[in-house]
Amino acid sequence: MPHHVKSKALSHLRICDFTGQLAGAGATKFMAAFGAEVIRIEDPTNHGRWDILRGMPPYVDDRRGPELGGPFNNHNVGKLGITLNIKTEKGRELFERLVGISDCVTENFSSGVLRSWGYDYDRLKELKDDIIYISNCGFGHSGPYEKFKTWGPIVQATSGLTMSSAIPDQPPAGWGYSYMDHTGAYFMAMAIMLAIHHRNRTGEGQYVDVAATEAALTLNGPVLLDYTVNGRPLRREGYPDANHSLHPAMAPHNIYAAKPVPGSFDEAWIAIACRNDEDWHALRDVLVADGCEWASSDDYGQLAGRMAAQDKLDSQIGEWCMRRDPFQSAELLREAGVPANAVQTPEQRIDQDVNSAESKLWPTIRQTEMGRVRVDGIPARFTKTDWSMTRGAPVLGEDNDYVYGELLGLSESEIAGLYEEGVL
Amino acid sequence: MTTNPNPGMMALDDLRVLEIGDERGAWCMKLMADMGADVIKIEPPEGDPSRQYEPFVDDEPHHERSLFFWYYNTSKRSVVMDFDDRSNADAFMKLVESADVILDTDTYDPIGRLGLDYHQIMTDNPGLIWCTITNFGFGSSRDDEPHTDLTLAANGGFAWMNGYDDHSLPPVRGGGQQAYHTGSNYAFMSILTALLHRDATSVGQHINVNINGSVNVTTEAGSYSWLVSHSTVQRQTGRHAGVAPSMPSQIKCADGRYVNTGIPPRRPREFGLVYQWLESENLLDELPEAALLQVGAELESFSLADVFSGNNEELLAIFGAGREAFDLLASKLTAYEFFTKAQNFGFQVGVIHSPEEALEDPHFVDRGMQVKVEHPELGREVIYPGAPYQLTKGSWGITRRPPLLGEHTDEVLGELG
Repeated sequence: MPHHVKSKALSHLRICDFTGQLAGAGATKFMAAFGAEVIRIEDPTNHGRWDILRGMPPYVDDRRGPELGGPFNNHNVGKLGITLNIKTEKGRELFERLVGISDCVTENFSSGVLRSWGYDYDRLKELKDDIIYISNCGFGHSGPYEKFKTWGPIVQATSGLTMSSAIPDQPPAGWGYSYMDHTGAYFMAMAIMLAIHHRNRTGEGQYVDVAATEAALTLNGPVLLDYTVNGRPLRREGYPDANHSLHPAMAPHNIYAAKPVPGSFDEAWIAIACRNDEDWHALRDVLVADGCEWASSDDYGQLAGRMAAQDKLDSQIGEWCMRRDPFQSAELLREAGVPANAVQTPEQRIDQDVNSAESKLWPTIRQTEMGRVRVDGIPARFTKTDWSMTRGAPVLGEDNDYVYGELLGLSESEIAGLYEEGVL
Repeated sequence: MTTNPNPGMMALDDLRVLEIGDERGAWCMKLMADMGADVIKIEPPEGDPSRQYEPFVDDEPHHERSLFFWYYNTSKRSVVMDFDDRSNADAFMKLVESADVILDTDTYDPIGRLGLDYHQIMTDNPGLIWCTITNFGFGSSRDDEPHTDLTLAANGGFAWMNGYDDHSLPPVRGGGQQAYHTGSNYAFMSILTALLHRDATSVGQHINVNINGSVNVTTEAGSYSWLVSHSTVQRQTGRHAGVAPSMPSQIKCADGRYVNTGIPPRRPREFGLVYQWLESENLLDELPEAALLQVGAELESFSLADVFSGNNEELLAIFGAGREAFDLLASKLTAYEFFTKAQNFGFQVGVIHSPEEALEDPHFVDRGMQVKVEHPELGREVIYPGAPYQLTKGSWGITRRPPLLGEHTDEVLGELG
């Protein structure tokens, strides 16, 4: 086992990993942080570029190239990397030997790619009887859209998550990033570990078909039952209304413009939510003490009144929010017991929020070419087998000697020969 | 430990799980229950607060009619226990001793209120996996602050990412309670990690999952642009927030609904395909620039950097023609037609469905995403969304409708003797 692995939670597991980008790579990144030996297989003929993130910005400095992509490093921390040309006969033989000593084969190609190389679940099972094979693609490996192609925004669009992220009378705002690449990876990680637990109990491996669109569909929440039970669609006048809260009903509940923070952007925003009448009374007292007599109106004393007058209430609170920057207002409100928070910029939440340091959320790792760089950590702490991240994403073929030499028993000269033949 | 006559029927049906918490952990526990775990939701005498949440069946408020509660509590059993009555300590301890996993959300403090000793429990039950979801993590100076899904989404970065090109409009939280979902997703991944460790060693442990952290590490370029190069992304309508503005990727179609155009044509082959598509819709006459697409289709390979640099006018014109072709096609087709036709030509395009439209989409219906669950008390069969992943063995299923308040109190405490 390579020496950088610290957690013993999953150190007994080996994953033969074809995943890439984020929807797949994020799943095995999580497991690698807990000690799983994740062996990332990359094609030497295109410098691993099926994963387009390999060379994508941001970069740590002026250098460019497939070893220097910031997102690739972020999503592949702690994994081993090997090169393997699976189109060659020797490459196939080595892959098959690797499957024979692995617990799982993971991929997030378009549907049918691995099969086109001759490796479906039945073939993998021949190579190792209890193998677990997990694919993750947008629409899954069956059904009318099986051949359709996706990436995060398409997954979010077709599943309902883009449409539901909007304010009234505006087009969908959607998610300003691939929320479902992250979250599709989370569901893929769950599926891998569920299948391993099943194997631990029964001895049998299996095929798992993860479709990111379906994971996304399940995240829509109670609006789905409001439709199937009450016949009330989210596509109706005045909706979606994502910054208000209908389920459960809360008012006020919104994101309001605030006075800009000195030295930061020329816009600033604050989120305020009153969970119940008690929260409202606390907010009212803050407002009245600050000269906002309107807040003591009987119309607002109870939830029903505040819901009915929500727009007026929003504009009144909005005026108050412009008096201070959002950090000042949020602190004032939270001290009174009212949920409130600035809409934090990346800099504010990463480098200025005390919670980032307290939870050690952004470990600094060392990547062979990039050097020291911070990455997304894991928002959990384990008392016995906590995660760690020390080594960055592998550069191309970084672990060929370990995997082909130590794990598969090839000699140095055999490995050198494979390079010459274009197999590695 | 629970016994099951058919081990392997569902992946987690060997597990007894206690859920002691609020809505922040309910999603995690639904994920476990729908994989077969015997999740016992311990509710206060007045019931879980979310039983009072809208929407209600037929809009009639009642603690057994909350669709919010239903959504997050399928396949669970409900036990009512008053933690202020210390005579319940023995029964609670029997439940704990029967459990493989406990999930709590620092809401009810059964240990303190029942006068129990947490360390003794962990010592006496070395295989127990106990996961606590908190807003900011144990020991954080912020953990006593009041928060909701909205304020955590604001703190952790979701809100900064989502919104409109027009920055006079506010950032948007996203639909559903995705901050809570994300915390729950991390809780489930963490519990499974600890479970696999326990499978190998018989050793359990305590886990603390931090919702603010979960949101923070689920923002893609929002975080890594800052971490790697100290650059800040800015929200844009319907597409990735960017350090620099990008082209729109959301088009309104003939029926007033939207599509996400993904990545418009940018390869010679794709210029040829969009030309063919225009031809098949008899729209070539309406787009004079279509001839440029034919030119593009004949190009040798070129560097996208040449396009983005703006120096190659011909390439820019060809790319522009590709976008105009999409705009024209969208103006003639419904969003659904545009989506399926574009995908059949090989373009990564998505119809922007509402949640209910997604649930009724023929693809998801074909894949079993509508699951019928009997609610005999109301004489109704209710459609719930189906499996988030399709295991072929030990697979997902809703094993029972959400529980009535305290429905299983006698049954569960009786089982414990």
